[in-house]
Amino acid sequence: MSQAARALDRIFRAESGAVLATLIRVLGDFQLAEDALQDALASALATWPSSGLPASPAGWLITTARRKALDRLRHSRIVASKAPEIALLAQLERADRSEPSELSPVPDDQLRLIFTCCHPALSSEAQVALTLQVLGGLSIAEIARAFLVNDSTIAQRLSRAKHKIAHAHIPYEIPDRASLASRLHGVLGVLYLVFNEGYLATSGRQLVRGDLVADALRLARGLVELLPDEPEAVGLLALMVLHDARREARIDERGELILLEEQDRGKWDAERIAEGVRLVETALAQLRPGSYQIQAAIAALHAEAATAADTDWPQIVLLYDQLLRYEPTPVVELNRAVAICFADSPERALALVDDLAGRGVLSSYAPLYLARADLLRRLGRNDEAYECYRHALSLAENEQVRRFIERRLREK
Amino acid sequence: MKYLLLIYEAEKVWAAMSKEEQGSIFNEYMTLTEDFAKSGKMSACEPLEPTSTATTLRVRNGKPTSVDGPFAETKEQLGGIYVIDVKDLDEAMAWAARIPAARTGSIEIRPVMKFD
Repeated sequence: MSQAARALDRIFRAESGAVLATLIRVLGDFQLAEDALQDALASALATWPSSGLPASPAGWLITTARRKALDRLRHSRIVASKAPEIALLAQLERADRSEPSELSPVPDDQLRLIFTCCHPALSSEAQVALTLQVLGGLSIAEIARAFLVNDSTIAQRLSRAKHKIAHAHIPYEIPDRASLASRLHGVLGVLYLVFNEGYLATSGRQLVRGDLVADALRLARGLVELLPDEPEAVGLLALMVLHDARREARIDERGELILLEEQDRGKWDAERIAEGVRLVETALAQLRPGSYQIQAAIAALHAEAATAADTDWPQIVLLYDQLLRYEPTPVVELNRAVAICFADSPERALALVDDLAGRGVLSSYAPLYLARADLLRRLGRNDEAYECYRHALSLAENEQVRRFIERRLREK
Repeated sequence: MKYLLLIYEAEKVWAAMSKEEQGSIFNEYMTLTEDFAKSGKMSACEPLEPTSTATTLRVRNGKPTSVDGPFAETKEQLGGIYVIDVKDLDEAMAWAARIPAARTGSIEIRPVMKFD
């Protein structure tokens, strides 16, 4: 890749969401905006190496793309038969004459685009793929690689989603006050899913897919800049930063998973932890708690403990009690049970886990059996622990997690 | 933008309700339909007779055959439709959420095809 191509790639990744967002508003058409942006990128690649980088690359791309859209509309043979396109063409031509100055990205446009990409009428897979492509600037091949599916599956998913946006008239709008909180929750869910897919890949060889973690962090930072007064958005960013601060310590030199308890805390990124803690405090100070803020507060308590033994487990149990009010799910109950093991006793924790297992709702969830096996091991019930690890192994899909369980099985 | 709202609900749920419950839901439909009509955004509203009155017809090789009942056995049956003309999917979803059957059954929101 030439230097110009590399610069373009970097700029594209950082700014494509912003550029595309404003283009969609200016052009009023998702597909036309994407095509025009591709044209503008081709121009950039052809002219920037000799002319040098423009003062505002994003502004240059928007202005050029608008002109390219104008060309496309003028040359389109069907233009004569389509009234909306004629009106758009006229409007663009007027704008082209009256606004010779450069357009620049508008933050509200990016928010509109985020809410369109994460609209609840789209499937969750489609929301993730759209967000990564449209806002994150990832290619179809990159998204396919990240989720271990083939290119054509992702391409199809994206084209179906864009077709639905156009034909079902999914709005390009910031939701009104009444529905903002619930819609924002959906957006945060998509970003967290991307992060988790990177942080603890559900399947495949690698434990951490660093690229997806970086993409999710970048998107979450962008969202917090757009919505600084939404504490849940800040809470999610804090949660991601705090998890990511422990990245180096989670895997040993052979690529094996290390549990939180056994991690070398010297390898934790102190600066990032400080940033995460600061973010949690900013969010909680707004006195509008929510599930991401509470999860971040739990992560902060873990991150602030100098040793595993110093962890403030009673406080963590209290936070899980709070979390259950917002997210009454069996997975949260399981995490709370694990905290009870340290705050109280493995016996009490095991009773809670057995109760969960008895309800059958997590019967194919490997972490349930891993937690149960660990509690049995702590209680010295080694034969039962062994059986339970074997069952967890039969359910675990991530290669590193499987190797971790196999290690435990060998320790018997 | 026109949308067809298809109201699906298990007929036996309705049949199992008391007269009072049926009356209160009927009143809810009346209020909703009046609101729709007043907004000027409704172009059709048709409650349907139960599927026990349905006939499914097919023409194969030019020969019509008909069978008693709806074409598929499903848990929920089509009970009625609204056709509305609103700004976008969000507005359609907001109206659909007010249909009583949304609480017990489901509402399918289908954009009406535009030819341009």
